[in-house]
Amino acid sequence: MKKFLSAILFAPLLAFGAGAELHLDRAPDKANDMAALQNGAKIFVNYCLNCHSASYMRYNRLKDIGLNDVQIKDNLLFTAEKVGEPMKIAMQRADAKVWFGAAPPDLTVIARARASEFGSGADWLYTYLRGFYRDDKRPTGWNNVVFENVGMPHVLWELQGEQVMGADHKLNLVKPGKLKPQEFDAAVGDLVGFLKYMGEPMAEFRKQLGVIVLIFLAVVFVFAYALKREYWKDVH
Amino acid sequence: MSCDDTVDCGRRRLLVATAAAGGVAGVAVAVPFVASMLPSERAKAAGAPVEVDISRLAPGEMMTVEWRGKPVWIINRTKEQLASLAKIGEKLADPKSEKNMQPAYAKNETRSIKPEILVAVGICTHLGCSPTEKFKTGAESGIDADWPGGFFCPCHGSTFDLAGRVYKSKPAPDNLEIPPHMYLGDAKLVIGEDKKA
Amino acid sequence: MSKVNAILQGTLNWVDERFPLTSNWKAHLSEYYAPKNFNFWYFFGSLAMLVLVIQIVTGIFLTMHFKPDASLNASGVPVAFASVEYIMRDVPWGWLIRYMHSTGASAFFVVVYMHMFRGMLYGSYRKPRELIWIFGMIIFLCLMAEAFFGYLLPWGQMSFWGAQVIVNLFSAIPLIGPDLSIWLRGDYVVGDATLNRFFAFHVIAVPMVLLGLVAAHILALHEVGSNNPDGVEIKKKKDANGIPLDGIPFHPYYSVKDIVGVVVFLMVFSVIVFFMPEFGGYFLEYNNFFPADPLVTPPHIAPVWYFTPYYSILRAVTYPLFGIDAKFWGVVAMGASTLIIALLPWLDRSPVKSIRYRGPLYKGFLAAFIVSFFILGYLGMLGPTPMRTLVAQICSVIYFAFFLLMPIYSSLDKCQPEPDRVTSK
Repeated sequence: MKKFLSAILFAPLLAFGAGAELHLDRAPDKANDMAALQNGAKIFVNYCLNCHSASYMRYNRLKDIGLNDVQIKDNLLFTAEKVGEPMKIAMQRADAKVWFGAAPPDLTVIARARASEFGSGADWLYTYLRGFYRDDKRPTGWNNVVFENVGMPHVLWELQGEQVMGADHKLNLVKPGKLKPQEFDAAVGDLVGFLKYMGEPMAEFRKQLGVIVLIFLAVVFVFAYALKREYWKDVH
Repeated sequence: MSCDDTVDCGRRRLLVATAAAGGVAGVAVAVPFVASMLPSERAKAAGAPVEVDISRLAPGEMMTVEWRGKPVWIINRTKEQLASLAKIGEKLADPKSEKNMQPAYAKNETRSIKPEILVAVGICTHLGCSPTEKFKTGAESGIDADWPGGFFCPCHGSTFDLAGRVYKSKPAPDNLEIPPHMYLGDAKLVIGEDKKA
Repeated sequence: MSKVNAILQGTLNWVDERFPLTSNWKAHLSEYYAPKNFNFWYFFGSLAMLVLVIQIVTGIFLTMHFKPDASLNASGVPVAFASVEYIMRDVPWGWLIRYMHSTGASAFFVVVYMHMFRGMLYGSYRKPRELIWIFGMIIFLCLMAEAFFGYLLPWGQMSFWGAQVIVNLFSAIPLIGPDLSIWLRGDYVVGDATLNRFFAFHVIAVPMVLLGLVAAHILALHEVGSNNPDGVEIKKKKDANGIPLDGIPFHPYYSVKDIVGVVVFLMVFSVIVFFMPEFGGYFLEYNNFFPADPLVTPPHIAPVWYFTPYYSILRAVTYPLFGIDAKFWGVVAMGASTLIIALLPWLDRSPVKSIRYRGPLYKGFLAAFIVSFFILGYLGMLGPTPMRTLVAQICSVIYFAFFLLMPIYSSLDKCQPEPDRVTSK
């Protein structure tokens, strides 16, 4: 019986089959860097909001990252009339499907959707946006290390430059872009930080409130436990 | 009921303290739930101020816009219409707009910021129907020979003048509501927002 | 001061003459005598009631804003999915209510599994408590149905495909299967009709049934009295007033103790809600942040963690029998694995109730059962491979053996004598 049990205990290790392994770079943490998040918002509306909607995100929510209504209206309000409106786009999904093969997905919660056992959604996005390489077999001329045969072209190619995939499966920058590699990585870091924020705008507030709630519950616990001990003196 | 003999003081104090802590927790938990029933961001965005271009509104004309799901009338009153306002005081229930149906800047003879432009919510203060415009004066209007122009509510017969003031002895108790509004330049009217002082 | 007391007492008397308020208060609380040796495992009944209340209250407030509509809005996103993000962002405190509901769903199963396990440890299902156990089993089945219906509502990829897979299982039933599946779905494929009816089941039908069953469960318990970690029947030894010697009134002793349990539970609950609501993708699955797409099958469909043991058993059956698909027998095995728990009162032939006095055979089988249950749960989260299927098959056999062989090993086992009075171990 014991042998049988220990065989069972070790079976899970054997059962650990290999799924498609994915190596992801760690996205930098910009959750409390307002300047970075604002830069990320700027990059997002300039480069992404043409094709991708963020239809659950209202423009005026950006006050979370330190922007006021006037700043939003003057610099970021591209696809709506009023700051209270959501970040929708004009392109119809049916048209998008015809033009690109697949309709570009809404990006509001993409940072939550792309999480996996290999890393956070931000990690995936950070690797994805820096992982485009030239591939003439693809209709767009671009392929990607984490998203094989993706329908999206390398929108940021002017900033990054052009990468190619070597025989060793590593990427090489063959044509430089407007930004140096560290500058490009920082910009993508800001964009990904913004996408992570947009996925859950109340995340930082939630954690702060959690601390207060737990402290309060600890106080209630002290009273409740003292009360229990007091009553249970009667028993036994 | 005193402590020591029949009631254990320490136990009672502890019970009260725990109940108090628990009560605070209870209230704290209730706040998010009650607050969740307040207007959402979507409702607030839909209820956001409305900008109206009144450059093409000729004297004597009226336009209707929607604000917070309600019709808002914008009327460019003629000189004769404005003059008629002073003459019908004794026929009105609240000629001086004493009741709180308008912002401070509209508590005047014409119930408006610019004398000729009336901005009023087009909902009868009786039970909520939308009155019809009766700008034609006299017997032509179908009301009576003295009618100086105004509004008539078909549901229960209330009448309002060209400043939205309600006539006496009608079902409607109050003058028409004047919404918060302001001007951005001469031709742009914003309904739903006051000028910051 | 005593004038107020007199008025209050007068009001109470007026009510008592017309409604069994004080008599019920006494019967179920202040004069319900429970064994004085309840331990950690006895918190989970009241915690289950707490989680039920949490789910109902948060559920009501979510229903104020959620829209069970699978059609696409102007941005091409399903309305139901968009309404959940509306709750998360646009409704004041909506995010907190949503996280409480999603965490509560998983918490419900943790609490209920612990509660059931207590029953197994101490023989709480034994005569005369069989009916309590049966009501409990039906509650468990309703809870699984409630979770299944609720999970479709956010209309994400996992919601859609999980429902698609499970409803398709019914099509494996011979003769009536395919038509049954269409009837359940209200359509040829999981769609708007399915979403709307699952909403009706989740919000109204099953909660009402659950409330009735919980009332029945507690009434049945109070009729015979609670068991305890020693398995001793406290009603056998009473004092001159007819009060069990080892009994203490539920109120105030267990009401005050359960409050401590509630506070500790809420602390754990709050850590999850405020710091890790996704819980590594187990409580809020990552793939469910993609809106449902009938044309894109996710690479890996898995049920939510609390269903994975049974899902493993379903997948473990790979041989057809009597000319019927393995798919059907998998459904049978899965159903049997949940229903067999109900038979425990009649499978257990031990002279003692509590594990404290049982012999090594039972303890060995129970240990094997627990290990298998966890392994099956773990395997259910992964995609199948030949090796994993073999392990699942072995663990399924152990799982069923625990129950099916129990009449034999529970009577053969060398037990210790059960004490007369409860112990304070």
